[in-house]
Amino acid sequence: MAQQQQEQVYEKYYVPDQSPWPIVGAVALFLIAYGAGNFVIEQTKGESGYGGWTLLAGIATLIFMLVGWFRNQIHESMSGLYSAQLGRSYRQGMAWFIFSEVMFFAAFFGALFYARVIALPWLDGASNNAMTAEVLWPNFEAIWPLTKTPGGVETTAMGWMGLPLYNTIILLISSVTCHFAHVALEKQQRTKLIAFMAVTILLGLFFLVLQVEEYVHAYREMNLTLQSGIYGNTFFLLTGFHGMHVTLGTIILIVLFLRILKGHFTPENHFAFQAGSWYWHFVDVVWVMLFFFVYIL
Amino acid sequence: MSTATTELGHDDHHHHAPSGIKRWLYTTNHKDIGTLYLWFAFIMFLIGGAMAMVIRAELFQPGLQIVDPNFFNQMTTVHGLIMVFGAVMPAFTGLANWLVPMMIGAPDMALPRMNNWSFWILPMAFSILLASLFMEGGGPAFGWTFYAPLSTTYSNDTTALFVFSVHIMGISSIMGAINVIVTIFNMRAPGMTWMKMPLFVWTWLITAFLLIAVMPVLAGAVTMVLTDKFFGTSFFSASGGGDPVMFQHIFWFFGHPEVYIMILPAFGIISAIIPTFSRKKLFGYASMVYATTSIALLSFIVWAHHMFTTGMPVGAELFFMFATMLISVPTGVKVFNWVATMWRGSLTFEVPMLFALAFIVLFTIGGLSGLMLAIVPVDFQYHDTYFVVAHFHYVLVTGAIFSIMAAVYYWLPKWTGKMFDITLAKWHFWCSLISVNVLFFPMHFVGLAGMPRRIPDYALQFADFNKWISLGGFAFGLSQLIFLALLIKACRKKGEPVSDQVWEGAEGLEWEIPSPAPYHTFETPPVIK
Ligand code: HEM
Ligand SMILES: [Cu+2]
Repeated sequence: MAQQQQEQVYEKYYVPDQSPWPIVGAVALFLIAYGAGNFVIEQTKGESGYGGWTLLAGIATLIFMLVGWFRNQIHESMSGLYSAQLGRSYRQGMAWFIFSEVMFFAAFFGALFYARVIALPWLDGASNNAMTAEVLWPNFEAIWPLTKTPGGVETTAMGWMGLPLYNTIILLISSVTCHFAHVALEKQQRTKLIAFMAVTILLGLFFLVLQVEEYVHAYREMNLTLQSGIYGNTFFLLTGFHGMHVTLGTIILIVLFLRILKGHFTPENHFAFQAGSWYWHFVDVVWVMLFFFVYIL
Repeated sequence: MSTATTELGHDDHHHHAPSGIKRWLYTTNHKDIGTLYLWFAFIMFLIGGAMAMVIRAELFQPGLQIVDPNFFNQMTTVHGLIMVFGAVMPAFTGLANWLVPMMIGAPDMALPRMNNWSFWILPMAFSILLASLFMEGGGPAFGWTFYAPLSTTYSNDTTALFVFSVHIMGISSIMGAINVIVTIFNMRAPGMTWMKMPLFVWTWLITAFLLIAVMPVLAGAVTMVLTDKFFGTSFFSASGGGDPVMFQHIFWFFGHPEVYIMILPAFGIISAIIPTFSRKKLFGYASMVYATTSIALLSFIVWAHHMFTTGMPVGAELFFMFATMLISVPTGVKVFNWVATMWRGSLTFEVPMLFALAFIVLFTIGGLSGLMLAIVPVDFQYHDTYFVVAHFHYVLVTGAIFSIMAAVYYWLPKWTGKMFDITLAKWHFWCSLISVNVLFFPMHFVGLAGMPRRIPDYALQFADFNKWISLGGFAFGLSQLIFLALLIKACRKKGEPVSDQVWEGAEGLEWEIPSPAPYHTFETPPVIK
């Protein structure tokens, strides 16, 4: 009797039965890591091998896994297996995942700050390093952007006007439209929702196109490459990883868009949408940081 | 979202485990996944241990005799990587899987499928790492800390495999940590308030936070090593405007919290075992919680105590010295509380308690040598000597690993329903205890006398101590085979059946369910008193 009463009070937490997808995912990551490692090695040695193919097989397996897993998940969600508590689990999980991404970018921002504030001035003799500068790098001058490395590699700095500024505006607007889409979803205004989502996706794609253009410009005309010393290193790794995140974010938005067309989300039950929009806002915030610290300052 | 429909998923209310290999490959059950983690960790412990045997065999006598120096370097590197990422961390994750849901009255982990994914990534990652040992040029040979330029300019090509295997290990840890955090935040049975949570749950909550905060930084560090080595960047090379010391900053920003990741759950375990066998409530529960939290927060601002000899400005040296010393205050609080718990308790010395007591004494020795290392001018002499090796093996082997063994002995009867072989267990304990001290204590002396770490040869004056160290090492290695035998016996469910409570003084939800713990527990939340 006591048990029964309790069951009425608490919703049951959905613990899924066995699932083949995780192990498929683990195999996928194995193929990706092993393939990528060998691919890099083969490239360096100039040999041909199976590394690239292994990597591709891994990516394909990962996509297969994601599709299968999410299809499972969507099916469960649509058949009402989920409780409010499970929804909270997913939301909290997503929030912590984004936090881990923040820390990933923090590593590269940390490298940027360390190089600018500490490493370069020291190479130029600051603190107690007068002799380092004198003996090792007599011709070096610490400036930022570092257009001439201690080793003598020269490059040009990427300004913030033009493309980067447009890109900032584009992403900021897309964050707003993404938010409007969310509001529309909660108010069940379907046309508005679809329109705002479409705009957000287009803005994301537009951003990516401009970003590619910027890279081409940097490589072809500015002699700014991944090998251009610490300025080029931080520039390309930060914007590059950001770009990968925008790509992933756009793919997520597209999947969400297709699900919206199918009428999947309700004002109460739309975790996937929320997660996608959080991710998008996160990507935008990272860009704003980038715009300030990589381009302007 | 009605209550009625939630029954759908559980139409097949099986309380028994599915059978065959699929049970383990496809499982979403926190107990199965916990078992997988624990066995994986133990196997890695044996593999990493075998590498330590190679190291000690080479160091048995001065001179180069058994392996060539490059292979020696691979052994020290992979031994460290395996023990940190393959043995200690997965063992704690396994314990978290088994115990956290049972301790907070949850039906399972919050995200059971992701849980399985987190586990199965690990064997994949380590098979890549181990495979690289057999490839052209050999495996990683730059130390588990992979300092640049050892890992960039001077490393071999298989570094790429090292980098990617660390990446997927990191993915596994982050997902595992997210799972633990969400479970604790969201799955506590009604009435299980924050300050009623067992300390193991508390310490794991904070550990999980540390993991999510620093594993991505490790990923960033290996990524920069990859691009420096293979794609022409110069993050860690002065000629391009980078700095090899920057590598150390990034690495230790991860690395120091990482050592606390490996000890906080141990604190939780000891805080569970000591009260049981003292038949008293834990002394100072709340102060334990605050101490754990402050250790975790402080651990973000002490990283450069690993870098005192890199030529930092004096102000930075002082800051990191004092911040490091500050950590010993909450650590001291913990040791004090354990001792105070035993004070005037009615103590008995069952095997888990033996390990817990050894932990308290020996971990404290490690903490004290840490305190010595934290003093800048002293560290100038001790840095990169065997004194450091002695320090971290006291905190990690007799600290983290002894706590894991204590935990296994403590909860094993709950898992299998049978008492383990106590005679074997006592043999395991005494052999380990004696040999581990023969192994690590003399390292203090050779370290103080200046024997450098990570070098396959040494000056003649260190020969006697090193002989004893190696003998202790082999004995400690062999002692673990007793543990292996005991575990195999336990898993085949040999032994006397135990009661639900198992240990006379044990308290907590996990001791109120039947032994062995049923496949599914707490499908409806228990009542918390
Ligand atoms: C009372 C607390 C502690 C203090 C003050 C402390 C201090 C230090 C210092 C100053 C070093 C650097 C020595 C050097 O390289 O010159 C060090 C190294 C180390 N400590 Fe601790 N420590 C403490 C506790 C711990 C704990 C609890 C663990 C792990 C469970 C740990 C693991 C390590 C490791 C692994 C290293 C060596 C890393 C390497 O270079 O490979 N320490 N410790
Ligand atoms: Cu440290």
